[in-house]
Amino acid sequence: MDRQLLIASTLCFFTALVRTLLATRDGISLHGRFNFFAIGLGFLFQTAFLTIRGHALGRCPLTNLFEVFVFLAWSVALIYLLIGPAYRLSLMGAFTAPLVFALQTFALAAPIDVAHHSRLPANPWLEFHASISMIAYGAFALACVAGVMYLVQERQLKTHQIHSIFYRLPPLTNLFAAITRLLWLGFALYTAGLISGFFTGGPLPRLKMVCAFAVWLFYGAILQGRHLRWFAPKRVAALCILAFSAAVSVLWAINFVSQTRPV
Amino acid sequence: MSLFCIGISHHTAKVETRERYALRRSEEALRAGSGCAEALILPTCNRVEVYGAADSTIGTGEIVRCLAESETIEDAGAFYRYEGEDCVRHLFRVVSGLDSMVIGETEILGQAKKAYENARASGNAGPLLHRLFQRAFRAAKQVRSRTEITRGAVSVGSVAVELAVKIFGDLRERKVLLLGAGETSERTARALSSRGVTDIRVTNRSHERAETLAAVVRGHAVPFGEWANQCAEIDILISSTSADEPLLTPGILSPLLRERLDRPLFIIDIAVPRDVAPEVNEMDGVYLYDIDSLQSIAAQSLALRRQQITAGEEIIAEHVSAFRARYGQLGEAAKYPPGSAGFDEATLRASEL
Repeated sequence: MDRQLLIASTLCFFTALVRTLLATRDGISLHGRFNFFAIGLGFLFQTAFLTIRGHALGRCPLTNLFEVFVFLAWSVALIYLLIGPAYRLSLMGAFTAPLVFALQTFALAAPIDVAHHSRLPANPWLEFHASISMIAYGAFALACVAGVMYLVQERQLKTHQIHSIFYRLPPLTNLFAAITRLLWLGFALYTAGLISGFFTGGPLPRLKMVCAFAVWLFYGAILQGRHLRWFAPKRVAALCILAFSAAVSVLWAINFVSQTRPV
Repeated sequence: MSLFCIGISHHTAKVETRERYALRRSEEALRAGSGCAEALILPTCNRVEVYGAADSTIGTGEIVRCLAESETIEDAGAFYRYEGEDCVRHLFRVVSGLDSMVIGETEILGQAKKAYENARASGNAGPLLHRLFQRAFRAAKQVRSRTEITRGAVSVGSVAVELAVKIFGDLRERKVLLLGAGETSERTARALSSRGVTDIRVTNRSHERAETLAAVVRGHAVPFGEWANQCAEIDILISSTSADEPLLTPGILSPLLRERLDRPLFIIDIAVPRDVAPEVNEMDGVYLYDIDSLQSIAAQSLALRRQQITAGEEIIAEHVSAFRARYGQLGEAAKYPPGSAGFDEATLRASEL
């Protein structure tokens, strides 16, 4: 039952993706509202899936890599629904849908939904630490999406090759403001996640700590570079993409390693 | 009762011919002179069209004579005539901007609304024209929203403004420097000013000329020797001097950019020979456009609009069919004469515009 909800959710994101591709191919106006509602519906199915899974497990559903990917996709959709309309970045939905679709399709297709018996009893601090860190990843994912949008728009402006998408993308300065805010939001949440990790009471796994601090330092360095104007906006946008790719790889590696051998 | 349209436009006549009919004629006089039950004149800079509804056929010559206020007609061949469904389709195309000189321009919709409002207020637009124009406005709205017919700027000035908006978003706080006092830079500055730019600085080798242009664009003149330092502060540079060699090179701009790393600089170089070295475009945060690239974007936009004509025609065909289905022979609605219960002011609410 819970996987069916996830499939329904994935189909919603797939619909938004197909609609975007068709609109781009036919050169017709793309209504951000459609993507917003498609992602909203997909989010409801995701929430239902996570709720059912959480009740079944008796804890926050972050016990294996499959759940981690779904929770990450849910966080991305959540942050998009919260900030997309506020910053008038409706087209972000067109970029967000493929990311969420890819995350969930991978989660559904890969043999990673393995029941994992937790060695630790349910712990509110641990669950807070895990869930807030995942939501931070959602903010970083959207900063990455905004970074892609920035680079696409910047490339068109530099090369003077104006395509149909140019008119739909937000102005560079608005995109850069959104990137900066998403970075700060993600960094603040990630910091809270890191700090809460110290209150879980259990032994702190060294590898996880090193990786988590490496991600934290990477994003901290981007923000510091932005604050001190060491990096041009284009470089910040590129670093957001790089940092998120690295962070997801680290996340996957941590979960993979922790499931194969104790860390 | 049948619908007809008689008109003259940029497709059929030059401006010197069109201007003879451009003076606004009274719709009352037109109705009295031709015997139409309903009449509406749509005058724009590219067309003069009469939309009418009558029980019997009204000759094109009668309408043209009324428009010309003359018994002799010299340009009858320049006038076209559409009847019934063709008239409906023509109006929908006109109001949607498909028949405009600049395809997809949006001014025509406002002009049509104004013409309709005048005819409605004076009682010359009756139930048939009312429904026809309301449907035309809906069709135009859909063509705009469902296609890309209005996308992209098609003149150098408007391309520059559009690019500025895509770089900066809100232009109200942006600072503009006009380097040189050319006509195109003045037009571009005016276009930027119309989008809210208030800080416009003008510099020229002749300070007097700079002051004159500054007064025209409501900016202020700065000494020519300071133009390079101004580049650290401004957001948009419009250059149009008659210098033989590039004035702005990476060597000059590089130290200034360090002070403005996270603020983009948009440079519009409309001088020939160019005032800005092309290598400047390679620098981070600098977006350089010369006259060729601006014209090329305008041409791309126009081509994009042309590609959208078919999609627009499909939407219009749907509306023509809907109008025909609802009003049968395109005259059924007129069975309620103006002032009767079926056709009162409430029916013709101005709010429907």
